[in-house]
Amino acid sequence: MLPMFFWAFVIGGLICVIGQIMFDVFKLTPGHTMSTLVVIGAILGGFGVYEPLIDFAGAGATIPITSFGNSLVNGALQEADQHGLVGVLTGMFEITSSGISAAVVFGFIGALLFKPKG
Amino acid sequence: MAKQKSPEQKRYEKIEQKHEAKRPVVKNCIKAFFVGGSICLVGQAVSYFYMYYFHFTEQTAGNPTVATMIFFAMLLTGFGVYDKIGQFAGAGSAVPITGFGNSVISAAIEHRTEGFVLGVGGNMFKLAGSVILFGVFSAFVVALIKTLLLIWGVI
Repeated sequence: MLPMFFWAFVIGGLICVIGQIMFDVFKLTPGHTMSTLVVIGAILGGFGVYEPLIDFAGAGATIPITSFGNSLVNGALQEADQHGLVGVLTGMFEITSSGISAAVVFGFIGALLFKPKG
Repeated sequence: MAKQKSPEQKRYEKIEQKHEAKRPVVKNCIKAFFVGGSICLVGQAVSYFYMYYFHFTEQTAGNPTVATMIFFAMLLTGFGVYDKIGQFAGAGSAVPITGFGNSVISAAIEHRTEGFVLGVGGNMFKLAGSVILFGVFSAFVVALIKTLLLIWGVI
């Protein structure tokens, strides 16, 4: 259990460092950086290397935004496995629905509860 | 793309470069590493919680964990703490899913004065929309290529 916490910290931290380098060295905006990381996650998911990373680092791999791209690809591939080419479209949100639904639900609740500052 | 620059503009660029503050890249990276790592550490604790009490596996625990982390992001954003973390940590707080949640939630809170339909509804995905667009589109392309290759028996 302890090594899992350690690797979650290290791998999660390293993915954030990659993001920080994109901010500072390549002078990308946060929007561009996040979009690039999601695309990288999708490509890694396509090659099947992201799942082993999750087994290895747990939340260190599932919490960074790259996992969003990976689970989109995995959802699409899973559904494509059962239903053929159409599955690529219909299975897209099969796995990763929680990120978006949680953001929508809590975003709305947040807007109900909190007042804008400044 | 390559627009002709006037001599004044070139001179201005030189002066600008000379005076542009150097970004402390190494320091920023260290901050991003520790804050980003800590957020993932909390995430790991949440996943273990779901694995022990709700019988999720290592792979499936990701989903409820992400939702819980976004819930935390809502509280931190609402109380104005996430902005402060963001100023300190840069990518360390932006890259984890909490940063995605923060961008949705802060946009929702910020635009509530314009009403719930046009304000909150219309602006919620103002910043996070590009992440969803490029995530979904790249996933579509990747999955399409892989599925076609599997159908044709290449891999």
